[in-house]
Amino acid sequence: MDLSPDQTIFWEYGFITINLTLVTTWGVMLVLIVSSWLVTRKLKTDIQISRWQCFLEMIVTGINTQIEEVGLSKPERYIGFIGTLFLFIFVSNIGIILPGYSPPTGSLSTTAALALSVFLAVPFFGISESGFGGYLKSYLQPTWIMLPFNIIGEVSRTLALAVRLFGNIMSGGMIVAILLSISPFIFPIIMNMLGLLTGTVQAYIFSILATVYIAAAIRNSKEKTKSKVITT
Amino acid sequence: MDSITTIALASIITAGVTTTFGTMMPAIGEGRAVSSALSSIAQQPDAAPTITRTLFVGLAMIESTAIYCFVVSMILIFANPFWNYVLAN
Repeated sequence: MDLSPDQTIFWEYGFITINLTLVTTWGVMLVLIVSSWLVTRKLKTDIQISRWQCFLEMIVTGINTQIEEVGLSKPERYIGFIGTLFLFIFVSNIGIILPGYSPPTGSLSTTAALALSVFLAVPFFGISESGFGGYLKSYLQPTWIMLPFNIIGEVSRTLALAVRLFGNIMSGGMIVAILLSISPFIFPIIMNMLGLLTGTVQAYIFSILATVYIAAAIRNSKEKTKSKVITT
Repeated sequence: MDSITTIALASIITAGVTTTFGTMMPAIGEGRAVSSALSSIAQQPDAAPTITRTLFVGLAMIESTAIYCFVVSMILIFANPFWNYVLAN
């Protein structure tokens, strides 16, 4: 039984391997890029807008509202990263309705790459908001004794992000595969519907957790500077 | 018993025990979280969006422990390193 779509290999030369994960990842990227290019080709500001532009505006406004509710006051700076994460994971999880498709998020390498990009984005946004020293001071919150725990937390939450998404999607695919051998008629469809729900929730949770981590890094350094202003 | 039987026995039993406790404890935790979230939504329906979002994030955190147990038992059954090591020698 295949644990991940990495094991379906189409083409191999030296250390370059084209497997199913790579193909579906590029397919999802292509779908996202081409559809958003097609919609944003003819943007209008009239009262009458096309229905696809309305749909895209709904998505962008919805993601902006969610980011703002978590506590980031300028969501336009972060939607490029968080919205892309959400849309990529959402589309690749929803794609399981297509036959012969296996979600790229069901492979640990994809989810590890996504989690690593969150791991790098937190210091990036933290430094760009409050400077290098201000970001480093957020590791000393609330006292300097917490420094090793903050560093451990930074690493372990990246691991948790990767394994959570991988485990959820992989378990959905595996349950369907096991049920296909037991009762192949109706029941796998119901489990596939459950997989659609899980995929949507996991996409939401991944992007919300990324937002929460970025917001925590920024808020910590802001509180530090604010308290300094009050004391002086 | 040769070594491969011992490994198979230990892996299967450990996978079962891991799945048992790894689903039992997070289920209790998630049940408590959902019940308290429901009662607070019933008391304050205005705060429902905030409570729901926090609930989802918390549920994901609790659920990840169950997912760790699931991944460990899947590795024990389908991709056991000790089994492969004994088979290779």
